[in-house]
Amino acid sequence: MKEWRAEKLMPGALIPVGGTARQYKTGGWRSEHPVWDERACKQCFLCWIYCPDGSIKVRDGKVIGIDYDYCKGCGICANECPADAIKMAEGGEPNG
Amino acid sequence: MAKLTEKIVAITGNAAVAQAMRQINPDVVAAYPITPQTDIAETFAEFVADGLVDTEYVTVESEHSAMSACVGASAAGARVMTATSSQGLALMWEILYIAAGMRLPITMTNVNRCLSAPINIHCDHSDSMGARDSGWIQIYSENAQEAYDNVIQAIRIAEHKSVLLPVMVNMDGFIVSHSIERVELLDDEVVKRFVGEYKPVYPLLDVENPVTHGPFDGLGGFYFEHKKAQIEAIERSRKVVLDVADEFKRISGREYGCFEPYRLDDAEVALVVLNSAAGTSKCVVDAMREEGYPVGILKLRVFRPFLARELSEALKHLKAVAILERATSPGSFGPLYAEIRSALYDLEARPKMVNLIYGLGGREFRPEHAKEAFGVCLKVAQTKRVEKPLGYLGLKEVEVIS
Ligand code: SF4
Ligand code: SF4
Repeated sequence: MKEWRAEKLMPGALIPVGGTARQYKTGGWRSEHPVWDERACKQCFLCWIYCPDGSIKVRDGKVIGIDYDYCKGCGICANECPADAIKMAEGGEPNG
Repeated sequence: MAKLTEKIVAITGNAAVAQAMRQINPDVVAAYPITPQTDIAETFAEFVADGLVDTEYVTVESEHSAMSACVGASAAGARVMTATSSQGLALMWEILYIAAGMRLPITMTNVNRCLSAPINIHCDHSDSMGARDSGWIQIYSENAQEAYDNVIQAIRIAEHKSVLLPVMVNMDGFIVSHSIERVELLDDEVVKRFVGEYKPVYPLLDVENPVTHGPFDGLGGFYFEHKKAQIEAIERSRKVVLDVADEFKRISGREYGCFEPYRLDDAEVALVVLNSAAGTSKCVVDAMREEGYPVGILKLRVFRPFLARELSEALKHLKAVAILERATSPGSFGPLYAEIRSALYDLEARPKMVNLIYGLGGREFRPEHAKEAFGVCLKVAQTKRVEKPLGYLGLKEVEVIS
């Protein structure tokens, strides 16, 4: 049997680095996924504001899609989009 | 000889704790007022307003927030203090466990008060006893002097590298918190040197060395192991409590242990007490000794960690012991009784034990109650039989309303 020693643990489950949430891909929790329609999108950024997981991808000041690594499929973006540019689709996988 | 103390003052228990906090000058205090602790929060707020301390005082909207702010500030790397009572401590509940589990050395004064219902603002120990499994070190104080001394020592115990756990210093609501007593205050400089500068081990605000506090540790992780590490840390605090007391004696001349035996060595029966009831009981011991009764007391100072071995050693020669308890666990015995009785189980010969509940909701604990308790002990010692393991001191006759 391996010996258990408290000294090997960081006190209070501390992790001696920052930004560890990035490594924890929460996208696997989805049971529905948002589908973004580039042509319908008015670039109002409401989805970006409302998304609780920072999963609306933006590049050069423009919404360019959904970050499926972290999107939990809550549907808030689809609910808030005034242009019906985001619709929720069945299943967790965007291509599944 | 160097002058040990700066001055002798007449102040309340709450004022004494506030003075200790002023001298400690913590980085952050987050507190919410609740009777009978309010004085501490108010007096300390005055010190902040008057510029006597450098503390960031966070006024919060509840005790749940107070303890949450303490957790955040402590993780950030601040020396953090707070104070509460009763329902306030109850509202802190879930965060108490988080503070201990995250190994944050927060120091909190809890002014003991009963829990509702019926609504009552007076002393008993139901609040802190209920928090006994939260992982906090618990220290009890007989009077204002002890409350002051314990708060200063608590900083050193909590922050000790081998401990890193929050400490709760308890004193009796109103009986001690609002009574004016003689208190010897140490010199500000002496306290400052004694507590030293706080050097947090993993401050969240050290942006050069980023760390993650309070992460998830699920089914496949190490939750169990971290709890075991926490248990080992509180075990180590036994020694630290005594080492800090030794050092404190050098600056104050006042002696502290994990418990205080009073005329216990040659006693045949004894009471185990917490907090202010110890004072009353000591007077009764002296008076009964004059009459030739072999009585003594054991005043418990440190309840967490629980000193099972030391307590069984200190009590084993007695014929009968009454555990006086200012708290109940409805449907069972009081917590102190259950633990002390269990601690003595492995002795070859052990004293008979009774559990006497007293003083709930601030009901006065008078010399005649201590006398009555000794009477029960003496009878048990004589007959070698416990007829009623659970009894009550000072219940009133009730007139039936018809
Ligand atoms: S479904 Fe929810 S989590 Fe996913 S992008 Fe939309 S708002 Fe964000
Ligand atoms: S809310 Fe709709 S329209 Fe606005 S940016 Fe998002 S997808 Fe485009």
